[in-house]
Amino acid sequence: MTIGATIEAVPTELARGRGGGGPAPTRTVVAYGFWIFIISDIAMFSALFAAYAVLAGQTAGGPTAGDVINLRHVFIETVFLLLSSYACGLGALSAELRQPSRYLIFAALTFVLGAAFLFVEISDFVDMTRMGAVPSRSAFLSAFWTLVGMHGAHVTSGLVWLLYMAGQVVAKGLRPHVLRRLLCFSLFWHALDIIWVGVLTLVYLMGAR
Amino acid sequence: MEGVDHPVFDDRSPGVEEQEPAASVLTYTTGLLFALVLTLASFAVSQTNLLWGPGIPVGLIVLALAQIGVHLVFFLHIGFGPESTNNIVALAFGVWIVLLVIGGSILIIANLNANMMPM
Repeated sequence: MTIGATIEAVPTELARGRGGGGPAPTRTVVAYGFWIFIISDIAMFSALFAAYAVLAGQTAGGPTAGDVINLRHVFIETVFLLLSSYACGLGALSAELRQPSRYLIFAALTFVLGAAFLFVEISDFVDMTRMGAVPSRSAFLSAFWTLVGMHGAHVTSGLVWLLYMAGQVVAKGLRPHVLRRLLCFSLFWHALDIIWVGVLTLVYLMGAR
Repeated sequence: MEGVDHPVFDDRSPGVEEQEPAASVLTYTTGLLFALVLTLASFAVSQTNLLWGPGIPVGLIVLALAQIGVHLVFFLHIGFGPESTNNIVALAFGVWIVLLVIGGSILIIANLNANMMPM
């Protein structure tokens, strides 16, 4: 029995992803590594979610969740973030099809929608500051600002990263390593949506009832 | 070694890019529609009396889990293919950690609160 015959005895669909069929493509390995980072980021967020969940009622006589939440704004934020994710996905498709100009258009859309999300979030934070709902006011507000602010900080760093990636596409073109970085960015941007689903549900929808 | 002409075991050098079957515009559009519908449903459930009052948090959690599933499948392309196996194992570990941290904290703090001396 030759080695070739041994390998052929394993059905392709079973062999791939289980060490058969040679090493996985670099793209798969890179995406897996970045996926592990995302999981660790989600584990970090879980601590903030846990803190918020146990402190949400500890308002120390200050503003409650119902007082500081503007659900209209939150709905607009959610739609902005979803559309931004959609634009990011279409941009990833354009990049895979090696269409840099289309990629840049979708990247610009992704950026504008993400920035619009941040604008609404920051203006809400400014309103909260004006009404005295600052992090030092109560345990609830500390947890609120930390959790929502951490998500906002992630969106901000995502926007910076997006600018950097657009620069790389312009300067280097859609080379394989640039494509892999774009893939990581897409994973990051879509994962932020998953975090936002948690924030939306736990903080806003349950808080504003 | 002659006779080995299986498409996967060709003479590519290790780590060479292969053309992945790209997700389509349809995938992302379907995902967006699902996500928008689930978002609207979440807002409706929280702001109306569609659900029995005490059941609203449960309803919201179910909708959130569905929403997360939609994002995983349509945007992050986590599937049942062999390429996804490792990602799913890592994800399952992450979910375990999240459940431990959040569920454990809520359980322990609720217990402590219940046992506090009356002020």
